[in-house]
Amino acid sequence: MKSHTDQSYEEELGKLREELLLMGAKVEGMVAASVKAFDEHDYDLARRTIENDHDINRLEVEIDGFCLSILARRQPVASDLRFITSALKLVTDLERIGDLAVNISERTIDLASDPPQHSYPGLGRMAEVVQSMVHDALDAFVATDPAKAQWVIEQDRVVDSLYLHLFHEVLVLMMDDRSAVHRGMGVQAVAKHLERIGDHATNLAERVVFLAKGRDIRHQGDQEPDC
Amino acid sequence: MNTMLLPTPTALQDIPVPEDIRLLADATPTAARAMFQAEGVNAWFGRTHVLKDVSLDVAQRRVTALIGPSGCGKSTFIRCLNRLHEVVPGARVQGRILLDGQDIYQRGVDPVLLRRRVGMVFQRPNPFPTLSIRDNVLAGWKLAGQRPRDPEGLVERSLRQAALWDEVKDTLDRSGSSLSGGQQQRLCIARALALEPEVLLMDEPCSALDPIATAKVEELIHELRERYTIVIVTHSMQQAARVSDFTAFLYLGELVEFGATEAIFTRPANSRTEDYITGRFG
Repeated sequence: MKSHTDQSYEEELGKLREELLLMGAKVEGMVAASVKAFDEHDYDLARRTIENDHDINRLEVEIDGFCLSILARRQPVASDLRFITSALKLVTDLERIGDLAVNISERTIDLASDPPQHSYPGLGRMAEVVQSMVHDALDAFVATDPAKAQWVIEQDRVVDSLYLHLFHEVLVLMMDDRSAVHRGMGVQAVAKHLERIGDHATNLAERVVFLAKGRDIRHQGDQEPDC
Repeated sequence: MNTMLLPTPTALQDIPVPEDIRLLADATPTAARAMFQAEGVNAWFGRTHVLKDVSLDVAQRRVTALIGPSGCGKSTFIRCLNRLHEVVPGARVQGRILLDGQDIYQRGVDPVLLRRRVGMVFQRPNPFPTLSIRDNVLAGWKLAGQRPRDPEGLVERSLRQAALWDEVKDTLDRSGSSLSGGQQQRLCIARALALEPEVLLMDEPCSALDPIATAKVEELIHELRERYTIVIVTHSMQQAARVSDFTAFLYLGELVEFGATEAIFTRPANSRTEDYITGRFG
Protein backbone atom coordinates (compact mmCIF):
# COMPACT_ATOMS: atom_id res chain seq x y z
CA MET A 1 0.00 0.00 0.00
CA LYS A 2 1.17 3.53 -0.80
CA SER A 3 2.28 5.74 2.05
CA HIS A 4 0.26 8.75 3.17
CA THR A 5 0.98 12.10 1.54
CA ASP A 6 1.18 13.54 5.06
CA GLN A 7 4.30 11.88 6.43
CA SER A 8 3.52 12.79 10.03
CA TYR A 9 0.26 10.82 9.74
CA GLU A 10 2.16 7.89 8.26
CA GLU A 11 4.58 8.07 11.20
CA GLU A 12 1.73 8.12 13.73
CA LEU A 13 0.15 5.03 12.23
CA GLY A 14 3.58 3.36 12.14
CA LYS A 15 4.11 4.18 15.79
CA LEU A 16 0.70 2.77 16.70
CA ARG A 17 1.52 -0.44 14.85
CA GLU A 18 4.86 -0.70 16.70
CA GLU A 19 3.19 -0.18 20.07
CA LEU A 20 0.63 -2.87 19.30
CA LEU A 21 3.37 -5.27 18.29
CA LEU A 22 5.34 -4.48 21.44
CA MET A 23 2.26 -5.16 23.56
CA GLY A 24 1.56 -8.34 21.58
CA ALA A 25 5.12 -9.59 22.07
CA LYS A 26 4.99 -8.88 25.82
CA VAL A 27 1.65 -10.68 26.18
CA GLU A 28 2.89 -13.64 24.17
CA GLY A 29 5.92 -13.78 26.47
CA MET A 30 3.67 -13.67 29.56
CA VAL A 31 1.60 -16.60 28.31
CA ALA A 32 4.73 -18.64 27.58
CA ALA A 33 6.21 -17.79 30.98
CA SER A 34 3.01 -18.59 32.88
CA VAL A 35 2.70 -21.98 31.18
CA LYS A 36 6.38 -22.75 31.80
CA ALA A 37 6.12 -21.68 35.43
CA PHE A 38 3.09 -23.94 35.95
CA ASP A 39 4.69 -26.86 34.17
CA GLU A 40 8.03 -26.56 35.99
CA HIS A 41 6.65 -25.36 39.36
CA ASP A 42 8.81 -22.27 38.95
CA TYR A 43 7.30 -19.89 41.51
CA ASP A 44 9.82 -17.10 40.88
CA LEU A 45 8.93 -17.08 37.21
CA ALA A 46 5.22 -17.02 38.14
CA ARG A 47 5.82 -13.98 40.37
CA ARG A 48 7.80 -12.16 37.67
CA THR A 49 4.97 -12.87 35.19
CA ILE A 50 2.46 -11.29 37.55
CA GLU A 51 4.67 -8.20 37.87
CA ASN A 52 4.91 -7.87 34.08
CA ASP A 53 1.18 -7.25 33.94
CA HIS A 54 1.78 -3.61 34.96
CA ASP A 55 3.53 -3.03 31.62
CA ILE A 56 0.59 -4.49 29.74
CA ASN A 57 -1.91 -2.33 31.61
CA ARG A 58 0.20 0.76 30.96
CA LEU A 59 0.44 -0.05 27.25
CA GLU A 60 -3.32 -0.58 27.04
CA VAL A 61 -3.97 2.90 28.42
CA GLU A 62 -1.27 4.47 26.23
CA ILE A 63 -2.51 2.84 23.01
CA ASP A 64 -6.14 3.67 23.77
CA GLY A 65 -5.17 7.32 24.24
CA PHE A 66 -3.11 7.32 21.08
CA CYS A 67 -6.03 5.88 19.07
CA LEU A 68 -8.39 8.52 20.44
CA SER A 69 -5.94 11.22 19.54
CA ILE A 70 -5.64 9.95 15.94
CA LEU A 71 -9.42 9.63 15.64
CA ALA A 72 -9.92 13.19 16.88
CA ARG A 73 -7.20 14.83 14.83
CA ARG A 74 -7.10 12.82 11.62
CA GLN A 75 -10.67 11.56 11.12
CA PRO A 76 -9.39 8.37 9.48
CA VAL A 77 -11.47 6.56 6.88
CA ALA A 78 -11.44 3.23 5.01
CA SER A 79 -8.45 0.98 5.89
CA ASP A 80 -7.05 3.58 8.31
CA LEU A 81 -10.39 3.70 10.16
CA ARG A 82 -10.52 -0.09 10.29
CA PHE A 83 -6.95 -0.14 11.60
CA ILE A 84 -7.61 2.35 14.42
CA THR A 85 -10.90 0.77 15.50
CA SER A 86 -9.27 -2.66 15.36
CA ALA A 87 -6.36 -1.41 17.46
CA LEU A 88 -8.83 -0.30 20.15
CA LYS A 89 -10.26 -3.80 20.27
CA LEU A 90 -6.93 -5.59 19.93
CA VAL A 91 -5.53 -3.92 23.05
CA THR A 92 -8.53 -5.05 25.06
CA ASP A 93 -8.04 -8.66 24.01
CA LEU A 94 -4.29 -8.46 24.59
CA GLU A 95 -4.79 -6.98 28.05
CA ARG A 96 -7.22 -9.78 28.96
CA ILE A 97 -4.77 -12.39 27.70
CA GLY A 98 -2.24 -10.77 30.02
CA ASP A 99 -4.72 -11.02 32.91
CA LEU A 100 -5.27 -14.72 32.17
CA ALA A 101 -1.51 -15.31 32.19
CA VAL A 102 -1.54 -13.67 35.62
CA ASN A 103 -4.37 -16.01 36.71
CA ILE A 104 -2.33 -19.03 35.59
CA SER A 105 0.68 -17.71 37.52
CA GLU A 106 -1.44 -17.18 40.64
CA ARG A 107 -2.59 -20.82 40.41
CA THR A 108 1.02 -21.92 40.13
CA ILE A 109 1.82 -20.11 43.37
CA ASP A 110 -1.37 -21.37 45.01
CA LEU A 111 -0.40 -24.98 44.27
CA ALA A 112 3.14 -24.60 45.61
CA SER A 113 2.24 -26.51 48.77
CA ASP A 114 0.57 -29.31 46.83
CA PRO A 115 3.11 -31.33 44.83
CA PRO A 116 1.80 -33.04 41.66
CA GLN A 117 0.90 -36.74 41.85
CA HIS A 118 -0.40 -37.12 38.30
CA SER A 119 0.69 -35.92 34.90
CA TYR A 120 -1.72 -34.17 32.53
CA PRO A 121 -0.40 -34.45 28.97
CA GLY A 122 -3.65 -32.91 27.66
CA LEU A 123 -2.80 -29.66 29.49
CA GLY A 124 0.61 -29.48 27.77
CA ARG A 125 -1.02 -30.03 24.38
CA MET A 126 -3.61 -27.32 25.12
CA ALA A 127 -0.92 -24.84 26.16
CA GLU A 128 0.99 -25.59 22.98
CA VAL A 129 -2.02 -24.93 20.70
CA VAL A 130 -3.09 -21.81 22.59
CA GLN A 131 0.42 -20.32 22.48
CA SER A 132 0.63 -20.96 18.75
CA MET A 133 -2.79 -19.32 18.32
CA VAL A 134 -1.61 -16.14 20.06
CA HIS A 135 1.64 -16.18 18.09
CA ASP A 136 -0.07 -16.78 14.73
CA ALA A 137 -2.80 -14.20 15.39
CA LEU A 138 -0.09 -11.59 15.98
CA ASP A 139 1.81 -12.78 12.88
CA ALA A 140 -1.41 -12.51 10.86
CA PHE A 141 -1.84 -8.98 12.17
CA VAL A 142 1.72 -7.98 11.24
CA ALA A 143 1.35 -9.37 7.72
CA THR A 144 -2.39 -8.49 7.40
CA ASP A 145 -2.82 -12.13 6.45
CA PRO A 146 -6.51 -13.20 6.57
CA ALA A 147 -5.67 -16.82 5.62
CA LYS A 148 -3.44 -17.23 8.65
CA ALA A 149 -6.09 -15.51 10.79
CA GLN A 150 -8.67 -17.98 9.52
CA TRP A 151 -6.40 -20.85 10.54
CA VAL A 152 -6.20 -19.41 14.07
CA ILE A 153 -9.99 -19.17 14.22
CA GLU A 154 -10.29 -22.84 13.27
CA GLN A 155 -7.85 -23.83 16.03
CA ASP A 156 -10.30 -22.60 18.64
CA ARG A 157 -12.43 -25.69 18.16
CA VAL A 158 -9.38 -27.87 18.81
CA VAL A 159 -8.76 -25.99 22.06
CA ASP A 160 -12.40 -26.29 23.13
CA SER A 161 -12.32 -30.01 22.49
CA LEU A 162 -9.02 -30.46 24.39
CA TYR A 163 -10.48 -28.49 27.29
CA LEU A 164 -13.60 -30.63 27.57
CA HIS A 165 -11.55 -33.80 27.36
CA LEU A 166 -9.13 -32.63 30.04
CA PHE A 167 -11.93 -31.39 32.28
CA HIS A 168 -13.56 -34.84 32.32
CA GLU A 169 -10.23 -36.60 32.73
CA VAL A 170 -9.44 -34.52 35.83
CA LEU A 171 -12.98 -34.95 37.16
CA VAL A 172 -12.73 -38.75 37.02
CA LEU A 173 -9.32 -38.59 38.69
CA MET A 174 -10.67 -36.44 41.53
CA MET A 175 -13.60 -38.82 42.05
CA ASP A 176 -11.18 -41.72 42.42
CA ASP A 177 -8.61 -39.94 44.57
CA ARG A 178 -9.73 -37.29 47.06
CA SER A 179 -6.15 -36.17 47.66
CA ALA A 180 -6.02 -35.06 44.02
CA VAL A 181 -8.93 -32.63 44.39
CA HIS A 182 -6.98 -29.46 45.25
CA ARG A 183 -4.45 -29.83 42.44
CA GLY A 184 -7.13 -31.20 40.11
CA MET A 185 -9.23 -28.08 40.56
CA GLY A 186 -6.13 -25.99 39.94
CA VAL A 187 -5.46 -27.87 36.71
CA GLN A 188 -9.07 -27.37 35.61
CA ALA A 189 -8.80 -23.65 36.35
CA VAL A 190 -5.56 -23.34 34.36
CA ALA A 191 -7.19 -25.24 31.49
CA LYS A 192 -10.12 -22.80 31.62
CA HIS A 193 -7.71 -19.84 31.53
CA LEU A 194 -5.96 -21.36 28.50
CA GLU A 195 -9.30 -21.93 26.80
CA ARG A 196 -10.18 -18.24 27.38
CA ILE A 197 -6.80 -17.19 25.97
CA GLY A 198 -7.74 -19.20 22.88
CA ASP A 199 -11.01 -17.24 22.67
CA HIS A 200 -9.14 -13.93 22.83
CA ALA A 201 -6.65 -15.10 20.19
CA THR A 202 -9.69 -15.92 18.04
CA ASN A 203 -10.97 -12.36 18.58
CA LEU A 204 -7.58 -11.03 17.47
CA ALA A 205 -7.74 -13.17 14.34
CA GLU A 206 -11.29 -12.03 13.55
CA ARG A 207 -10.11 -8.42 13.73
CA VAL A 208 -7.34 -9.24 11.25
CA VAL A 209 -9.97 -10.51 8.80
CA PHE A 210 -11.95 -7.30 9.32
CA LEU A 211 -8.82 -5.23 8.86
CA ALA A 212 -7.92 -6.98 5.61
CA LYS A 213 -11.33 -7.44 4.07
CA GLY A 214 -13.64 -4.97 5.80
CA ARG A 215 -15.93 -7.88 6.65
CA ASP A 216 -17.08 -8.58 10.20
CA ILE A 217 -17.04 -12.35 10.71
CA ARG A 218 -17.79 -12.40 14.44
CA HIS A 219 -20.60 -14.52 15.79
CA GLN A 220 -21.30 -16.12 12.43
CA GLY A 221 -21.75 -19.47 14.11
CA ASP A 222 -24.29 -17.94 16.52
CA GLN A 223 -26.81 -17.02 13.85
CA GLU A 224 -30.05 -18.93 13.79
CA PRO A 225 -30.45 -21.10 10.73
CA ASP A 226 -32.79 -19.84 8.02
CA CYS A 227 -36.12 -21.56 8.21
CA MET B 1 -15.27 1.58 -15.70
CA ASN B 2 -17.62 1.30 -12.80
CA THR B 3 -21.17 2.09 -13.81
CA MET B 4 -24.23 1.57 -11.70
CA LEU B 5 -27.33 2.01 -13.75
CA LEU B 6 -30.87 1.70 -12.59
CA PRO B 7 -33.50 -0.12 -14.58
CA THR B 8 -35.12 1.79 -17.44
CA PRO B 9 -37.42 4.66 -16.45
CA THR B 10 -40.44 2.69 -17.61
CA ALA B 11 -39.55 -0.22 -15.38
CA LEU B 12 -38.90 2.17 -12.52
CA GLN B 13 -42.46 3.39 -12.47
CA ASP B 14 -43.54 -0.05 -11.37
CA ILE B 15 -41.18 -0.20 -8.42
CA PRO B 16 -42.79 0.88 -5.15
CA VAL B 17 -40.42 3.14 -3.24
CA PRO B 18 -40.87 3.07 0.52
CA GLU B 19 -41.18 6.43 2.24
CA ASP B 20 -37.98 5.94 4.07
CA ILE B 21 -35.52 3.62 2.48
CA ARG B 22 -33.12 2.54 5.13
CA LEU B 23 -29.62 2.67 3.76
CA LEU B 24 -27.69 -0.37 4.71
CA ALA B 25 -23.94 -0.59 4.58
CA ASP B 26 -24.08 -2.42 1.27
CA ALA B 27 -26.82 -0.27 -0.22
CA THR B 28 -26.25 0.98 -3.73
CA PRO B 29 -27.98 3.80 -5.57
CA THR B 30 -30.23 1.13 -7.07
CA ALA B 31 -32.05 1.10 -3.71
CA ALA B 32 -33.78 4.40 -4.56
CA ARG B 33 -35.58 5.81 -7.57
CA ALA B 34 -33.32 7.68 -10.01
CA MET B 35 -33.90 11.39 -10.50
CA PHE B 36 -31.05 11.68 -12.98
CA GLN B 37 -29.63 8.92 -15.13
CA ALA B 38 -26.36 9.91 -16.76
CA GLU B 39 -25.28 7.52 -19.49
CA GLY B 40 -21.87 7.71 -21.15
CA VAL B 41 -21.42 11.41 -20.51
CA ASN B 42 -18.36 13.03 -22.09
CA ALA B 43 -17.50 16.71 -21.79
CA TRP B 44 -14.85 18.93 -23.27
CA PHE B 45 -13.46 22.41 -22.76
CA GLY B 46 -12.13 23.10 -26.27
CA ARG B 47 -9.91 20.10 -26.94
CA THR B 48 -9.52 19.17 -23.31
CA HIS B 49 -11.52 16.05 -22.52
CA VAL B 50 -12.69 16.67 -18.93
CA LEU B 51 -15.39 13.98 -18.46
CA LYS B 52 -14.87 10.52 -19.87
CA ASP B 53 -17.79 8.23 -20.36
CA VAL B 54 -19.35 8.88 -16.96
CA SER B 55 -22.49 6.88 -16.16
CA LEU B 56 -24.20 7.21 -12.83
CA ASP B 57 -27.64 7.55 -11.36
CA VAL B 58 -28.64 10.27 -8.93
CA ALA B 59 -31.16 8.92 -6.45
CA GLN B 60 -34.34 10.92 -5.85
CA ARG B 61 -34.60 12.71 -2.49
CA ARG B 62 -31.19 11.57 -1.50
CA VAL B 63 -27.88 13.41 -1.22
CA THR B 64 -25.23 12.37 -3.70
CA ALA B 65 -21.72 13.69 -3.13
CA LEU B 66 -19.06 14.00 -5.81
CA ILE B 67 -15.50 13.90 -4.55
CA GLY B 68 -12.12 13.91 -6.25
CA PRO B 69 -9.03 16.08 -6.66
CA SER B 70 -9.15 19.43 -8.44
CA GLY B 71 -9.69 19.04 -12.15
CA CYS B 72 -11.28 15.60 -11.87
CA GLY B 73 -14.48 16.79 -13.54
CA LYS B 74 -16.85 16.82 -10.58
CA SER B 75 -17.98 20.46 -11.05
CA THR B 76 -18.23 19.92 -14.81
CA PHE B 77 -20.45 16.92 -14.18
CA ILE B 78 -22.99 18.83 -12.10
CA ARG B 79 -22.91 21.69 -14.61
CA CYS B 80 -23.90 19.13 -17.24
CA LEU B 81 -26.93 18.24 -15.11
CA ASN B 82 -28.45 21.72 -15.59
CA ARG B 83 -26.82 22.44 -18.96
CA LEU B 84 -24.57 25.18 -17.57
CA HIS B 85 -21.49 23.55 -19.05
CA GLU B 86 -22.55 24.33 -22.60
CA VAL B 87 -22.75 28.10 -21.97
CA VAL B 88 -18.94 28.24 -21.66
CA PRO B 89 -17.47 29.14 -25.07
CA GLY B 90 -15.86 26.08 -26.68
CA ALA B 91 -17.44 23.65 -24.19
CA ARG B 92 -19.49 20.68 -25.38
CA VAL B 93 -21.20 17.58 -24.01
CA GLN B 94 -21.94 14.13 -25.41
CA GLY B 95 -23.98 11.30 -23.97
CA ARG B 96 -27.43 11.10 -22.42
CA ILE B 97 -28.70 12.63 -19.20
CA LEU B 98 -32.25 11.74 -18.28
CA LEU B 99 -34.15 13.83 -15.75
CA ASP B 100 -37.06 11.79 -14.50
CA GLY B 101 -36.84 9.78 -17.72
CA GLN B 102 -36.58 12.72 -20.12
CA ASP B 103 -33.36 13.47 -22.03
CA ILE B 104 -32.37 17.01 -21.03
CA TYR B 105 -30.20 17.35 -24.15
CA GLN B 106 -33.03 16.44 -26.48
CA ARG B 107 -33.91 19.06 -29.08
CA GLY B 108 -36.73 21.23 -27.83
CA VAL B 109 -35.74 21.16 -24.16
CA ASP B 110 -35.51 24.75 -22.91
CA PRO B 111 -32.37 25.09 -20.72
CA VAL B 112 -33.95 27.99 -18.83
CA LEU B 113 -36.94 25.87 -17.83
CA LEU B 114 -34.58 23.01 -17.00
CA ARG B 115 -32.66 25.27 -14.62
CA ARG B 116 -35.87 26.08 -12.80
CA ARG B 117 -36.27 22.40 -12.09
CA VAL B 118 -32.57 21.99 -11.30
CA GLY B 119 -31.40 24.81 -9.04
CA MET B 120 -27.80 25.56 -8.23
CA VAL B 121 -25.81 27.01 -5.36
CA PHE B 122 -22.23 28.06 -6.00
CA GLN B 123 -18.96 28.03 -4.10
CA ARG B 124 -19.00 31.69 -3.12
CA PRO B 125 -22.24 33.17 -1.83
CA ASN B 126 -23.39 35.49 -4.63
CA PRO B 127 -26.46 37.45 -3.56
CA PHE B 128 -27.25 40.45 -5.75
CA PRO B 129 -25.64 43.23 -3.72
CA THR B 130 -28.03 45.96 -4.81
CA LEU B 131 -31.13 43.91 -4.08
CA SER B 132 -32.84 43.55 -0.74
CA ILE B 133 -33.02 40.20 1.02
CA ARG B 134 -36.65 39.89 -0.14
CA ASP B 135 -35.79 40.72 -3.76
CA ASN B 136 -32.84 38.35 -3.70
CA VAL B 137 -35.19 35.51 -2.83
CA LEU B 138 -37.48 36.50 -5.71
CA ALA B 139 -34.61 37.23 -8.14
CA GLY B 140 -35.13 34.03 -10.16
CA TRP B 141 -38.73 34.95 -10.83
CA LYS B 142 -37.87 38.54 -11.72
CA LEU B 143 -35.11 37.46 -14.12
CA ALA B 144 -37.65 35.22 -15.83
CA GLY B 145 -40.00 38.21 -16.07
CA GLN B 146 -42.58 36.46 -13.91
CA ARG B 147 -44.30 37.13 -10.63
CA PRO B 148 -45.26 34.40 -8.20
CA ARG B 149 -48.88 34.20 -7.03
CA ASP B 150 -48.02 34.99 -3.41
CA PRO B 151 -44.59 36.68 -3.30
CA GLU B 152 -44.60 37.37 0.47
CA GLY B 153 -45.62 33.80 1.25
CA LEU B 154 -42.99 32.44 -1.12
CA VAL B 155 -40.27 34.60 0.45
CA GLU B 156 -41.17 33.40 3.93
CA ARG B 157 -41.47 29.75 2.86
CA SER B 158 -38.15 29.82 1.00
CA LEU B 159 -36.31 31.54 3.84
CA ARG B 160 -37.81 29.13 6.35
CA GLN B 161 -36.70 26.16 4.23
CA ALA B 162 -33.24 27.70 4.06
CA ALA B 163 -33.25 28.05 7.88
CA LEU B 164 -32.76 31.83 7.56
CA TRP B 165 -36.22 33.22 8.29
CA ASP B 166 -35.79 33.74 12.02
CA GLU B 167 -32.58 35.66 11.45
CA VAL B 168 -33.84 38.02 8.74
CA LYS B 169 -37.62 38.27 9.10
CA ASP B 170 -37.36 41.82 10.51
CA THR B 171 -34.80 43.05 8.01
CA LEU B 172 -36.14 41.82 4.67
CA ASP B 173 -35.58 45.25 3.09
CA ARG B 174 -31.90 45.36 3.95
CA SER B 175 -29.32 44.53 1.30
CA GLY B 176 -28.42 40.87 0.82
CA SER B 177 -24.76 41.79 1.15
CA SER B 178 -25.39 43.04 4.72
CA LEU B 179 -25.55 39.40 5.85
CA SER B 180 -22.66 37.26 7.07
CA GLY B 181 -21.05 34.78 4.65
CA GLY B 182 -23.01 31.83 6.03
CA GLN B 183 -26.28 33.80 5.93
CA GLN B 184 -25.54 34.92 2.37
CA GLN B 185 -25.07 31.30 1.31
CA ARG B 186 -28.37 30.32 2.93
CA LEU B 187 -29.95 33.31 1.14
CA CYS B 188 -28.64 31.87 -2.14
CA ILE B 189 -30.16 28.52 -1.18
CA ALA B 190 -33.47 30.30 -0.46
CA ARG B 191 -33.22 31.99 -3.87
CA ALA B 192 -32.79 28.60 -5.53
CA LEU B 193 -35.64 27.08 -3.49
CA ALA B 194 -37.98 29.97 -4.38
CA LEU B 195 -38.12 28.60 -7.91
CA GLU B 196 -39.50 25.38 -6.42
CA PRO B 197 -36.95 23.10 -8.07
CA GLU B 198 -36.86 19.32 -7.84
CA VAL B 199 -33.08 19.14 -7.67
CA LEU B 200 -30.52 21.27 -5.90
CA LEU B 201 -26.95 21.23 -7.19
CA MET B 202 -24.37 22.52 -4.72
CA ASP B 203 -20.87 23.26 -5.92
CA GLU B 204 -18.62 23.38 -2.84
CA PRO B 205 -21.26 25.38 -0.95
CA CYS B 206 -19.26 25.60 2.28
CA SER B 207 -15.75 26.23 1.04
CA ALA B 208 -15.97 29.94 1.89
CA LEU B 209 -17.74 29.42 5.24
CA ASP B 210 -16.53 29.06 8.81
CA PRO B 211 -17.25 25.83 10.76
CA ILE B 212 -20.44 27.16 12.39
CA ALA B 213 -21.89 28.40 9.09
CA THR B 214 -20.81 25.10 7.52
CA ALA B 215 -22.64 23.15 10.22
CA LYS B 216 -25.79 25.19 9.57
CA VAL B 217 -25.65 24.52 5.84
CA GLU B 218 -25.04 20.83 6.49
CA GLU B 219 -27.99 20.69 8.86
CA LEU B 220 -30.02 22.41 6.17
CA ILE B 221 -28.95 19.80 3.59
CA HIS B 222 -30.10 17.12 6.01
CA GLU B 223 -33.55 18.75 6.20
CA LEU B 224 -33.82 19.52 2.49
CA ARG B 225 -33.19 15.92 1.47
CA GLU B 226 -36.73 15.11 2.61
CA ARG B 227 -38.09 17.16 -0.30
CA TYR B 228 -35.30 17.63 -2.82
CA THR B 229 -32.74 15.61 -4.69
CA ILE B 230 -29.35 17.06 -3.80
CA VAL B 231 -26.03 16.71 -5.59
CA ILE B 232 -23.09 18.24 -3.77
CA VAL B 233 -19.54 18.71 -4.99
CA THR B 234 -17.11 18.98 -2.12
CA HIS B 235 -13.40 18.97 -1.49
CA SER B 236 -14.05 17.99 2.10
CA MET B 237 -14.28 14.24 2.39
CA GLN B 238 -15.52 14.59 5.95
CA GLN B 239 -18.37 16.72 4.62
CA ALA B 240 -19.22 14.12 1.96
CA ALA B 241 -19.18 11.46 4.67
CA ARG B 242 -21.39 13.56 6.95
CA VAL B 243 -24.08 14.75 4.56
CA SER B 244 -24.44 12.29 1.70
CA ASP B 245 -26.21 8.99 1.15
CA PHE B 246 -24.16 8.12 -1.93
CA THR B 247 -20.68 9.12 -2.97
CA ALA B 248 -19.02 9.14 -6.36
CA PHE B 249 -15.25 9.40 -6.69
CA LEU B 250 -14.00 10.92 -9.92
CA TYR B 251 -10.41 11.00 -11.03
CA LEU B 252 -9.01 12.49 -14.24
CA GLY B 253 -12.51 12.75 -15.66
CA GLU B 254 -13.44 9.13 -14.99
CA LEU B 255 -15.90 7.74 -12.47
CA VAL B 256 -13.72 5.46 -10.38
CA GLU B 257 -16.24 4.31 -7.79
CA PHE B 258 -19.84 5.04 -6.87
CA GLY B 259 -21.71 3.56 -3.95
CA ALA B 260 -23.29 4.02 -0.55
CA THR B 261 -21.34 6.64 1.41
CA GLU B 262 -20.92 4.35 4.39
CA ALA B 263 -19.35 1.66 2.21
CA ILE B 264 -17.11 4.13 0.35
CA PHE B 265 -15.70 5.53 3.60
CA THR B 266 -15.27 2.24 5.45
CA ARG B 267 -14.36 -0.28 2.77
CA PRO B 268 -14.01 1.20 -0.71
CA ALA B 269 -13.80 -1.39 -3.46
CA ASN B 270 -11.28 0.44 -5.63
CA SER B 271 -7.69 0.98 -4.52
CA ARG B 272 -7.64 4.46 -6.11
CA THR B 273 -10.61 5.48 -3.96
CA GLU B 274 -8.86 4.03 -0.92
CA ASP B 275 -5.68 5.97 -1.74
CA TYR B 276 -7.57 9.23 -2.28
CA ILE B 277 -9.79 9.21 0.78
CA THR B 278 -7.03 8.03 3.11
CA GLY B 279 -4.64 10.72 1.82
CA ARG B 280 -2.22 8.47 -0.05
CA PHE B 281 -2.49 10.42 -3.28
CA GLY B 282 0.39 12.21 -4.98
